[in-house]
Amino acid sequence: MTKSSGTILDDAKRRAGTAEAQEGPSNLRSPLAKVLGQGSAKEGVRHWWAQRLTSVALVPLTIWFVVSLLSLPSFDHATVVAWIGQLWTSVFLILLVLTAAWHSQLGVRVVVEDYVHGGGMKALALALVTFFHAVVAVAGVLAILKVAFGGAA
Amino acid sequence: MTERPLSPHLSVYRMSRYTLLTSILNRATGLALSAGLILLVYWLVAIAGGANVYRGARTVLSLGVLKVIYVILLATFSYHLLAGIRHLIWDSGHGIEREQAKRSSWLLAIASIVLFVGLAWWALHAGGRTP
Repeated sequence: MTKSSGTILDDAKRRAGTAEAQEGPSNLRSPLAKVLGQGSAKEGVRHWWAQRLTSVALVPLTIWFVVSLLSLPSFDHATVVAWIGQLWTSVFLILLVLTAAWHSQLGVRVVVEDYVHGGGMKALALALVTFFHAVVAVAGVLAILKVAFGGAA
Repeated sequence: MTERPLSPHLSVYRMSRYTLLTSILNRATGLALSAGLILLVYWLVAIAGGANVYRGARTVLSLGVLKVIYVILLATFSYHLLAGIRHLIWDSGHGIEREQAKRSSWLLAIASIVLFVGLAWWALHAGGRTP
């Protein structure tokens, strides 16, 4: 950092420093922290934003799914295969599985972060949450595609 | 490490507070729906496995225990959906005054019960079909 006096980051740090000087001693955030704007988690609003984005998408997707499921005339294999075989059914189902898995991963992750203690246990639990949701998403999408392409007859 | 008190400090909260109750219910219903996602994917994989595999899965999916779980999932879906919409409204900067939040928590309770009863009624009168 000592040699990077000409970088954008350095310039921003200088400007933030000036702003802080004008605001006076009541502001306790360091100039660098203000410039990066990432808080203590070091990844900014990514998690928060992804959770909002997926929840907005899940409102119509889940309502569509529940209504469609309850409207099915029966749950025979032929009936559900024909249902999933329709183009827009498979499109929305894939979107539902992917978005739900992502949203679920974001939520369960926070629960683990809150309630599982101890560095090793927490890291292990978070890794399992990630792997588990990856399996759920891939298995779900592949199953839908197989049915959609006529492989489940 | 274990000597220190660790979160969640459940004993320090007043569980009767509507803020706490609506919040923890949203988290609990979210976890339940994550479990529901496993059921959904199990169902999809069984369909993809062909008619014979699906027949076997249907006997599992129509167990009495799972019927109870479907009812619970309908209830948790009703709550999580509406509580999530309430959060999105808060994120837009609306309804975050204390009185408004208090009112919307009542609205949430009533609306989610109404939605659940409606969905459960529909599921029953759709012919009592189970997967």
